[in-house]
Amino acid sequence: MDLSAINPAVLIASLMVSATPILLAAIGELVVEKSGVLNLGVEGMMITGAICGFAAAVETGSPVAGFIAAAVGASLLSLIFAVLTQYLLANQVATGLALTLFGLGFSAMIGQGYVGMKPPLTPDLRIPILSDIPVLGEILFRHDLMVYVSLALVAAVWAVLKYSRVGLILRAVGENHDAAHALGYKVIRIRILALMFGGACAGLGGAYLSLIRVPSWTQGMTAGAGWIALAIVVFASWKPWRVLLGAYLFGGITVLQLNLQAAGVKVPVQYLSMSPYLITILVLVIMSANRSRASLNAPASLGKSFHASY
Amino acid sequence: MKRRTFLAGTAATAALAASGAALAAEATKVGYIFVGPIGDLGYNFQHNLGREEMQKALGASVKSSYVENVPEGADAERTLTQLALAGNKLIFATSFGYMDAVINVAKKFPHVKFEHATGYKRAPNVSTYSARFYEGRAVIGTIAGRMTKTNKIGYIASFPIPEVIRGINAAYIHAKKVNPNVEFKIVWVSTWADPAKEADAANALIQQGVDIIMQHTDTTAAMNIAEKKGIYAFGQSSDMAKSGPNAQLTAIVDEWGPYYIKRVKAVQDGTWKSEDTWGGIGAGMVTFAPFNKAMPEAVAKEAKDMIAAIGSGKYHPFTGPLKKQDGSVWLKPGEVAKDGDLLGMNFYVEGLTGSIPK
Repeated sequence: MDLSAINPAVLIASLMVSATPILLAAIGELVVEKSGVLNLGVEGMMITGAICGFAAAVETGSPVAGFIAAAVGASLLSLIFAVLTQYLLANQVATGLALTLFGLGFSAMIGQGYVGMKPPLTPDLRIPILSDIPVLGEILFRHDLMVYVSLALVAAVWAVLKYSRVGLILRAVGENHDAAHALGYKVIRIRILALMFGGACAGLGGAYLSLIRVPSWTQGMTAGAGWIALAIVVFASWKPWRVLLGAYLFGGITVLQLNLQAAGVKVPVQYLSMSPYLITILVLVIMSANRSRASLNAPASLGKSFHASY
Repeated sequence: MKRRTFLAGTAATAALAASGAALAAEATKVGYIFVGPIGDLGYNFQHNLGREEMQKALGASVKSSYVENVPEGADAERTLTQLALAGNKLIFATSFGYMDAVINVAKKFPHVKFEHATGYKRAPNVSTYSARFYEGRAVIGTIAGRMTKTNKIGYIASFPIPEVIRGINAAYIHAKKVNPNVEFKIVWVSTWADPAKEADAANALIQQGVDIIMQHTDTTAAMNIAEKKGIYAFGQSSDMAKSGPNAQLTAIVDEWGPYYIKRVKAVQDGTWKSEDTWGGIGAGMVTFAPFNKAMPEAVAKEAKDMIAAIGSGKYHPFTGPLKKQDGSVWLKPGEVAKDGDLLGMNFYVEGLTGSIPK
């Protein structure tokens, strides 16, 4: 065993990369759930974003175009969910599951022609001066643009939800859609916009996988990341900064267990492999132990269909 | 057309083209099931290439079809049954985990021939076939031992089954032989295909000083990372040079085509018998991708000599003296490992650190 082989600075830097896809997807889903809609189709939107982004980046040669296409593609997919649940009042859980299955199949179909291709590389930004700070520079200032975008998104979602009128309306719709409707807010329109935002974020998360973290396209490559994002929203009790914490914790343990294996730590591999999931479950249990506090944070109208006639 | 055949055909997959059955009544129908997508550019991709090669070689006398992404378990049994009902005379099941499903379905269809890849259970109408991938591992181990500068080689392993362990041992023995200072860092990812996890594993290995990566997983993720980080890697199952034009030293490529041609012909001639095939470099089932131009002439020659020696049967990659990890003697000097021992291999050889997950 040689623990000195693990460089903490490099480890933290790589956990940020590893956590970015779930962070992006989770912060989008947080906004969706804050508006009172439960969209279980995160996995499907992520994988759709992964292939839309990959295809666009390969065709145009520009990773930026790829990320935009990913956001648009996944957002369009979330519109299907929006129409079904908001206008046709379909069951949100069933529709979300269907969206995941649809996204996985749909992406496999589009992706057939893109197997084995290489996307244009997204350069790491070396922020001048700051990136030369020892340790800290390595951890924080040598990432690709999307890592910073994801952090900015968390900050923006937090600020908007907490301090702005838009955030207040969104929360009102999520807490009590009948009251919000009585006040004259367009509940369905607001929810559809939230869903599209959630879709766009999930799409960015998927594209981060196919364009930066792996970078290549493989069918089914999200491999459950969307479900982890959903768990992290609950884990964070619908608070943006806790989403960041949850995503980095999960990403951190994932990266750490691989590093520990590579360093030859004598812990059975099974325990290392299950540790990210185990710890996520553990924290979820602790968080929900205090029932009143947990349910206090959940948006009161979460998962309920809204129809203006009553 | 009978309703039952129609339903079975359409349900299995559109690719089965049940409607064509009447047109090509004399063609031998051959079915395949794959555990992953044929677009994985790895294991399943190569099996499908073999199928296409067979179809091309035998032309109109054969009508082949495939079903991809069939999970191991109940789904496999259902799909195999559908393929048998659809009139296939020979069915290839290409993943280890299909083993019991194949045996069960074969009992119900005694006139249909089955072939199961990498398994060990046979029946009068079930054959098994596999390739001696460890022969390829011996060659890439030699190359890795010569090419590493940090003396640290990373190995991304999937599941602790004998085939994977055999590969690790074969690669390590031969890397160590040409470079006594070499050290293997093994990461088990518990998946055949999860690109993000494979990429993370590759990154973790690189961060710990590894400068050559080997993999026993199905996707090109590790190769992509190697290319990005400017280190070397070996392709798995298929030529992955497209993902790593500079990174790929060579790749162990699975060649199933000749075997598929032989077996389909045997069914057509009526000479098909239940048997076990385990072919390696000599049989043409294990081949290599073109060597990287950065590989020095001497290393390339050494590797080619070894390929020739293994291919002609002059050299066996598991030749004693070899000890197990715990120091006990496995093979005495000059002794060659028996196939039975290789098929059930569940130990590391001496010098490897860490333990095999149980």
